[in-house]
Amino acid sequence: MNTPLLRELAPQVLGIVLRRFRDFAACEDAVQEALLAAAQQWPSTGVPDHPRAWLINVATRRMIDHVRADVARKRREELIEPEPVEERDDTMELLFTCCHPALSASSQIALTLRAVGGLTTLEIAKAFLVPEATMAQRISRAKATIKDSGIPFAPPTAADVIARLGAVKHVLYLIFNEGYTASEGAELVRTDLAFEAIRLARSLVRLVPDEPELEGLLALMLLSDARRTARTGPAGELIPLDEQDRTRWDRAQIAEGTQLVTRAFARGGVGPYQLQAAIAACHDEAASTDATDWAEIAALYAALYAYDHNPMVALNHAIAIAMVEGPAAGLALISALEPRLAGHYRLDAVRGHLLERSGDQAGALVHYQRAAARTTSIAERDFLLARASRLKGFS
Amino acid sequence: MKFMLMMNTPGGGPYQIAKWPPAAITAHIEFMKQFGKKLTANGELVAAEGLAGPDQARLVKAGKDGAPITDGVFPEAKEFLAGYWIVDVDTAERAYALAAEASMAPGPGGAPLHLPIEVREVMSVPPTEYKP
Repeated sequence: MNTPLLRELAPQVLGIVLRRFRDFAACEDAVQEALLAAAQQWPSTGVPDHPRAWLINVATRRMIDHVRADVARKRREELIEPEPVEERDDTMELLFTCCHPALSASSQIALTLRAVGGLTTLEIAKAFLVPEATMAQRISRAKATIKDSGIPFAPPTAADVIARLGAVKHVLYLIFNEGYTASEGAELVRTDLAFEAIRLARSLVRLVPDEPELEGLLALMLLSDARRTARTGPAGELIPLDEQDRTRWDRAQIAEGTQLVTRAFARGGVGPYQLQAAIAACHDEAASTDATDWAEIAALYAALYAYDHNPMVALNHAIAIAMVEGPAAGLALISALEPRLAGHYRLDAVRGHLLERSGDQAGALVHYQRAAARTTSIAERDFLLARASRLKGFS
Repeated sequence: MKFMLMMNTPGGGPYQIAKWPPAAITAHIEFMKQFGKKLTANGELVAAEGLAGPDQARLVKAGKDGAPITDGVFPEAKEFLAGYWIVDVDTAERAYALAAEASMAPGPGGAPLHLPIEVREVMSVPPTEYKP
């Protein structure tokens, strides 16, 4: 089926139907029905000459039916009064609506994938491993919340763009991570999410040019995704960066991401996404762990920490420092983080790693095991247990 | 984040509910139905099942040839899994709130049972890339 075409057209069709009928919840349903109709009919009838117009017509007919059924509550002529449809891309307005601050992160993600990404409810449900009925409810509740918030679907003002682009970037990043962290095989449907996030970020970069953090976000996705196939083994087990087969990294994607982040940095206005992209670029461009510019990575993590004092960033900074100055320096930095990260498995995992490198195998074993008991990720638990089992006999 | 909410019942013998008056049983079942509907309506339900009673439970292990050896469940087991929900929520606190709600299922006199609900996080994929 012509899924890429349908997904590409979805936000365009929704934007046009919305400008005519205004009711976001109903229009979004109508477009979803049109997409499903196309997915059913086009394989036998062939793709129409004007696929976008076909989808707009079907969605519009659905909306007229909806409005007729609703006529007791609203004046029909007021709602279906045709407006001249100008040619412009509504993707940005749609993203702002779907990433509305009144919604929870899981609702923002679901709505963005459906209304802007053109995915069906079933596809989104499969990607997040929940039943279709549950996902359908999550989406319809999200739309009800938007309706109650009373915020109209309208082109954003310049101030809106700045204020709300942050939420959009965050949602796209969450969607990317959902897909990126999925392993192969049974979870293949989830890796599709990484592709969708990259596609949506690309269209946003086109719509809001000269926004360095947006370019940084797209670069970060491309530079991380370039390593995706190398980061898990045949059984879905995690392979750490220093053991990955770097010949499997996607060089074209690395080149594109590096070029993007370099351009973004040159614009000024450096932010967290650009810094994370720059760190990813340092890893991607290195021939090995030893050849990696760890001093540069440490400096980038320090700059990143200045933004929100995130202890996880401080932990990564400590790892980079350990690579430059030795494990003792890293362990000293980690001790200072203890009060803020007490009980977090990542603290134990990193401490185990640094102790192992410093030659304290018994100490490393204790921390690997403690981390394995606390992580909620199966892949990570297996990785940590494998590390610990290599050290058995030292305890 | 996904969590499993496990509802336990005293073990050794059939479900306690079997001894309740019909109206209390109906009210309890209705409560559970409504709770499940609400979870779906919230967009939070992943799965939910009620399990057949302890008297029908069998403990199974493989014999030397791999064939199943079945046994009744040990009568000394104090607690017994009666059913579970798997929910997909944004925070652990939300899962606890839902567990508390399930814990209020009505008992024989219509008063809340305050059932103990065990809440366990379901293992997932890693939140971010593992470095190192």
